[in-house]
Amino acid sequence: MKTWNTYIYILFIFTCISCSNEKIETYVSKPSLLQIPKLFEDNILAPVIPNNNLQTIEGISLGKKLFFDPILSANNTQACADCHALENAFTDTDRFSDGINGAFGKRNSMPLFNLAWNYDEKFFWDGRSFSLEHQAFLPVTDPNEMGSTWIQVEEKLQQHPEYPELFQQAFGTSTIDSTLVTKAIAQFERTLISSNSKFDKYLLGETSLTAEELNGFNIFMDETRGDCFHCHGSDKNPLWTDNIFHNNGLDTVITDLGLGAITGDPADNGKFKSPSLRNLAFTAPYMHDGRFKTLNDVINHYSEGLKNSTTIDPLMKKVAQGGVHLTPQDKADLKAFLLTLSDYEFINNLNFIKP
Amino acid sequence: MKRINFILITCLFTVISCNNDNDDQSERTNITLNFNHNWDETPFTNANFNTIQYTNANGEEMSITKLRYLISNVTLTKPNGETIVLDGYNLVDVTNNTDLSFTPITAIPLGVYSSLSFTFGFNNDANYNNNYTDLNSVSWNVPEALGGGYHYMQLEGKFIDNTSTETGYAYHTIRAVNNSGAIQVFQDTFFEVNLGEVTVSNNSTFDIEINIAEWFKNPNTWDLNTLNNMLMPNFDAQIMMFENGQNTFNLKPIQ
Ligand code: HEC
Ligand code: HEC
Repeated sequence: MKTWNTYIYILFIFTCISCSNEKIETYVSKPSLLQIPKLFEDNILAPVIPNNNLQTIEGISLGKKLFFDPILSANNTQACADCHALENAFTDTDRFSDGINGAFGKRNSMPLFNLAWNYDEKFFWDGRSFSLEHQAFLPVTDPNEMGSTWIQVEEKLQQHPEYPELFQQAFGTSTIDSTLVTKAIAQFERTLISSNSKFDKYLLGETSLTAEELNGFNIFMDETRGDCFHCHGSDKNPLWTDNIFHNNGLDTVITDLGLGAITGDPADNGKFKSPSLRNLAFTAPYMHDGRFKTLNDVINHYSEGLKNSTTIDPLMKKVAQGGVHLTPQDKADLKAFLLTLSDYEFINNLNFIKP
Repeated sequence: MKRINFILITCLFTVISCNNDNDDQSERTNITLNFNHNWDETPFTNANFNTIQYTNANGEEMSITKLRYLISNVTLTKPNGETIVLDGYNLVDVTNNTDLSFTPITAIPLGVYSSLSFTFGFNNDANYNNNYTDLNSVSWNVPEALGGGYHYMQLEGKFIDNTSTETGYAYHTIRAVNNSGAIQVFQDTFFEVNLGEVTVSNNSTFDIEINIAEWFKNPNTWDLNTLNNMLMPNFDAQIMMFENGQNTFNLKPIQ
């Protein structure tokens, strides 16, 4: 009996040692599970978290620091947060954002929340980047954005008084490279969860809606009027987007090919990813090119401004008349409903402010 | 040492008892259903999407830009009338070329069955008494105002209308509901697709042929000029779709 015990004991110790061998004297980062909101848990699939980049307290906090740090840009003037500001649900108020050289891109900045629930993991308006980790590679070297090179950024971070230690804590190595930078940023981005709008609280039975807001929701769900739910979520899909690419009838002649430029398939020309309708109160202007300043403009577009083109989505109806022509009352109610999807707790969340 | 023996015995017991369930002498297997599509016998895949190249029974030239539909309740009936219902449902997504093949997890005894059938859509129990996170995630729901539950099919595309304009259509099938009166009136539109007698051998695969043109043909010659959109709340349109659906599915004879 004794020999057995000793044997098992030794075996056990040996296993433990060999597992943690490499990090024997290093700081071990602490796992941090995403807090999945109840409506998400009840209604939709689990978020996407890659096996090789699990969430940790140290990783998230490092990612947050990087997200707010202009060190990622060539001349140390621009952080991710400049175009993705908390008070705007992590987008900005410009039609086109200017990069470090004052040059403008051709697309409106995108809000950042609930990104871990983008199951297809296609990011940007045209879906050209697969995975959040990969997406985070791109702004740093984009000449219209942070205009830097990764070699330069890695070097600056390596020379920094704090970063090497923070990477050590998060990833067990103080040798900084672009892969670890993007992993940390992606971890932080996955924590940006928005789930406390008035409508969420209504669904949870914690508040009630006005008659106008309820009517607005019915218009949203009514195939003969708004018919927004086929692309923009519903009471059963709290993301308020399908994360799929469509042409929603903005132009007759398509200049920005969107998805079509990525796939090379003309049938995809003019298709862009449906944005989430959460947080519209903070995310103007709207559409991939920020052409609409207000929600009234957006609603008028769907109601009577639709433009035909070969790739326009079949769900855009009565295109010859510009749309279904909602009544003024229906338009006002639809807008009132859309605004119930805005989450004031999200934009005031102290976990998301600059460290 | 006694302790260890005890543990060993427990383990052994567990291993044996795991196998127990399936131990009714006969050999079991999983079956696979493959969904193949055609337009009046011309093979159809998502490579044929988006181009106006098909002519429906009413003479409109048309294209398909989206096609997905739900099947559930795969059932095998033994010659003695006993039925085995296989767990699960499958959203066939032709647009993304996914789930064109469905292997239910329930294993069934080999042998001859008097019929293999499945439900197009969901029966009412499956439709209303469950919240399917996977289907919600792909926006497959039906609005509460139309009774809730789920779509059965979404078929979308373009056609040339009688003013020669390229126009969209959204042929979505759901359980029919008439909202015009004081109370909602429902009529079932899910239906059983019976593929007839089958012999199940090890890992049998059944090729099911779906003729998309049938949705526009028989018994109702579909006029897209009048019925192209807003069909979910259109009770009569839903009944016609239900009728036309009856002849779309066939089991491909085994060559
Ligand atoms: C100069 C402004 C600017 C800066 C700086 C910037 N972004 Fe962006 N961001 C944009 C714009 C514009 C888009 C949309 C571009 C497109 O689709 O072509 C975008 C899109 C994104 C998206 C895609 C969201 C989605 O839902 O698909 C993510 C994620 C993102 N940015 C993260 C970052 C991170 C992380 C950084 C810092 C490393 C950063 N951005 C820096 C302007 C900026
Ligand atoms: C066919 C799918 C589809 C339908 C139906 C649809 N949308 Fe959209 N929506 C989109 C797409 C795609 C975009 C982005 C288009 C672009 O920028 O080119 C968009 C953009 C928007 C935006 C801008 C959001 C932002 O952050 O820029 C709002 C607001 C909006 N839609 C509201 C609605 C409303 C309200 C309805 C119903 C009346 C509706 N949508 C119906 C696909 C759809």
